[in-house]
Amino acid sequence: MSLLAPGHRGCAGCCDALAGKFVLDAVGKDCIVVSPTGCLEVFTTPYPESAWGVPWIHSLFENAAAVASGVEAAYKALGKKNKTKIIVIGGDGATLDIGLQAISGAFERGHDLTYICVDNEAYMNTGVQRSGATPLFASTTTSPAGKVSFGNPQHKKNMPAIIAAHGSPYVATASISYAPDLIKKVKKATETKGPTYVHVHAPCCTGWKFEGSKTIEVGRLAVETAMWPLYEMENGEVTGVRKLKKRKPVEEYLKVQGRYKHLFTAEGGTEEIKKIQAIADWNVKHFGLE
Amino acid sequence: MVVVEGSYAVAHSVKMCKPNVISAYPITPQTHIVEDLSQFVADGEMSCEYMNVESEFSAISALIGASAAGARTYSSTTSQGLALMHEALFNASGMRLPVVMTVVNRALSAPINIWNDQQDSISQRDTGWIQLYAEDVQESADMTPQLYKIAEDEEVLLPAMSCMDGFILSHVYEPVILLEQSLTDEFLPPFSPEFVLDPENPMSFGAFADPSTYTEFRYKQEKAMEAALLKIEEVANEFNEVYGRYYGGLIDSYLLDDAEIVIMAMGSVIGTIKDTIDMLRKEGESIGLLKIRSFRPFPVEAIRTALKNAKVVITLDKNISIGKNEGALCTEVKACLYNTNLRVPVIGFMLGHGGRDIPISTIVKIINKAKLVEKGIFVESEFADLREELI
Amino acid sequence: MKLVIKTTAKPKGTRANKTGTWRSFMPVFDHKLCSKCGICAMYCPEGIIFKLENGYFEPDYDYCKGCGICANECPKKAILMVLEGK
Ligand SMILES: Cc1ncc(C[n+]2csc(CCOP(=O)(O)OP(=O)(O)O)c2C)c(N)n1
Ligand code: SF4
Ligand code: SF4
Ligand code: SF4
Ligand SMILES: [Mg+2]
Repeated sequence: MSLLAPGHRGCAGCCDALAGKFVLDAVGKDCIVVSPTGCLEVFTTPYPESAWGVPWIHSLFENAAAVASGVEAAYKALGKKNKTKIIVIGGDGATLDIGLQAISGAFERGHDLTYICVDNEAYMNTGVQRSGATPLFASTTTSPAGKVSFGNPQHKKNMPAIIAAHGSPYVATASISYAPDLIKKVKKATETKGPTYVHVHAPCCTGWKFEGSKTIEVGRLAVETAMWPLYEMENGEVTGVRKLKKRKPVEEYLKVQGRYKHLFTAEGGTEEIKKIQAIADWNVKHFGLE
Repeated sequence: MVVVEGSYAVAHSVKMCKPNVISAYPITPQTHIVEDLSQFVADGEMSCEYMNVESEFSAISALIGASAAGARTYSSTTSQGLALMHEALFNASGMRLPVVMTVVNRALSAPINIWNDQQDSISQRDTGWIQLYAEDVQESADMTPQLYKIAEDEEVLLPAMSCMDGFILSHVYEPVILLEQSLTDEFLPPFSPEFVLDPENPMSFGAFADPSTYTEFRYKQEKAMEAALLKIEEVANEFNEVYGRYYGGLIDSYLLDDAEIVIMAMGSVIGTIKDTIDMLRKEGESIGLLKIRSFRPFPVEAIRTALKNAKVVITLDKNISIGKNEGALCTEVKACLYNTNLRVPVIGFMLGHGGRDIPISTIVKIINKAKLVEKGIFVESEFADLREELI
Repeated sequence: MKLVIKTTAKPKGTRANKTGTWRSFMPVFDHKLCSKCGICAMYCPEGIIFKLENGYFEPDYDYCKGCGICANECPKKAILMVLEGK
């Protein structure tokens, strides 16, 4: 039985619920989870209920890494920390944007904790506003496509690189669509001493506008088109990548999502898709995916 | 008795309380406290985790996590740092985590100013933290173990601020009695909360409450503050029994019983007021002092009783609610007298902002102004120490 | 129910909330087509597809939200989504 109980209020087909379940599958009972404000936090803990079968704390949106540092320090000070893993499970907004400073501090201090970013590429809990993780040309409620806009004008922030630059001994990307790989990486991260990081790609049916049954399929397409490369970094060096046997063109990933619909309907969309294809091409080259 | 800096006396008292986790970020005039604590840790005199965080926001956040994990926690900050913590202050109180923090009171920017007033802690009045204000260095030092005992009480479980005036108390060298370890151990029981973050008993902290339960969480915080009213008095007496020192519980007074004019204030200005009273009493004036030690919880009943015989009440505030032309103490004292039969004028004076000195002459001027009430000239509230030539 | 201070909530308390009522389509598992691979259980966001003693899988309909991920991911097409109430 999962340590994340059913009865939670995640949307049918929710990516965050899957990510939470996989993380707990990987870590087991002996852990403490810290969650910043966001979908996963809200839908799992409507007082007096909680879906969590492990000790869990939510404080604020931007301070999860600091709270987790404090938990770790307390466990050390109280002589309790031997095997108990300290885990943060936070959204992309909490991680790449508002909580970045606290994360930087925690990684610099070198606490023994694992930070999992569940990246659904926008602020879902507040209604799909853009975040620093929203990819180029995705339409969100604050970067909508319109008569003179193709949606989000910025590129996705490279968070794993930022963490690696802090000297983290283990940084990995994962996807909810590759569960065994994700679980293996989370295990490795928690078993590595020091502050470690796993960035989990998590397609959100509600925010990305596809049917809930396709959550896993869309995540797989992100990997197969090289829009989401799966790799591991140890002490700043890329030490493992998931190679692609037959890479698919990015259109296959984009066309199944409502947030990219304008690229296929508006004039000039084809040109913009080429820019997205260029991102995938860069990933292939940079990480040696082929 | 030794002569030490105020900050050292406080750092030493923190050491005696044996916190498990300290987390702080440097800001003038709090720095000496955290530097002294760092040195204690570096010299192996304290066994605790000292976290050098990257901001005050993370300092308080880390302590939220640490306290939930069962640790006794300490921080110190002031002014901009305290303002930066604002959101997390509500959070610590709402989660009922008894963090203790020394606030070394300082003015808020802009204009940026590093000197003392009490705008910083007053601005955090409604965050659900206990706030005690110390009169001198010895009281500041002695407040730490008292606040742990109050905050960690099962009936209370609220975070607490020990407020001491920046520079005036933090940087002054005064003869003090440093707290003894054996007495502190006798006075302060270990922190053993009922629920902690523990894989053996996996509870969830910080769940979200909808309209069907949120009100009751607030109500319970208010009840906890009510419990603190009693606890503050009780602990002040217990402290007196163990250490033989007493500064009042919720309030304290000086020549109050027969006084027609009562001055109310908080913090280090109390000393100057006492000197002024001594001086004016010799001239036959009927003046007394009502010191507010606990601003949160606000001791409504104690104040009403203490002001029974007053003819004029003067409040001194080192803060202002901009747009009300009044300091917080003034507003609260007025409010606490309104639904009673006591009909006594309350006259508010704001002074000492941004470190402006408060000499005896300013207090005398205030008293003379307040006495005009007897002639029917009523001042509602005003700045007491404006430099007219600058306006 | 009395409030527990500290906003502490009991573990796994969401089990009180039967999300099966959300469902408009219901996954029906055809054991004849099933290869017992367990992929459906792995990708169910509710974590409520369980292995039976005979090695086949079935969901707990008290909680199944009818998202259809299991049916979409089943490599043997052994799960059929059928309209509720039929
Ligand atoms: C200081 C602060 N600013 C804004 C919010 C509102 N808020 C709550 S959750 C959220 C977005 C969460 O996004 P993300 O971290 O990506 O998690 P998701 O819900 O997408 O899983 C926002 C903006 C808040 N709670 N606190
Ligand atoms: S909006 Fe997305 S992340 Fe949030 S509950 Fe729904 S599916 Fe999950
Ligand atoms: S339809 Fe969705 S919720 Fe129901 S069993 Fe299948 S995967 Fe689980
Ligand atoms: S995924 Fe399909 S084949 Fe595999 S166990 Fe489930 S029902 Fe059987
Ligand atoms: Mg998000």
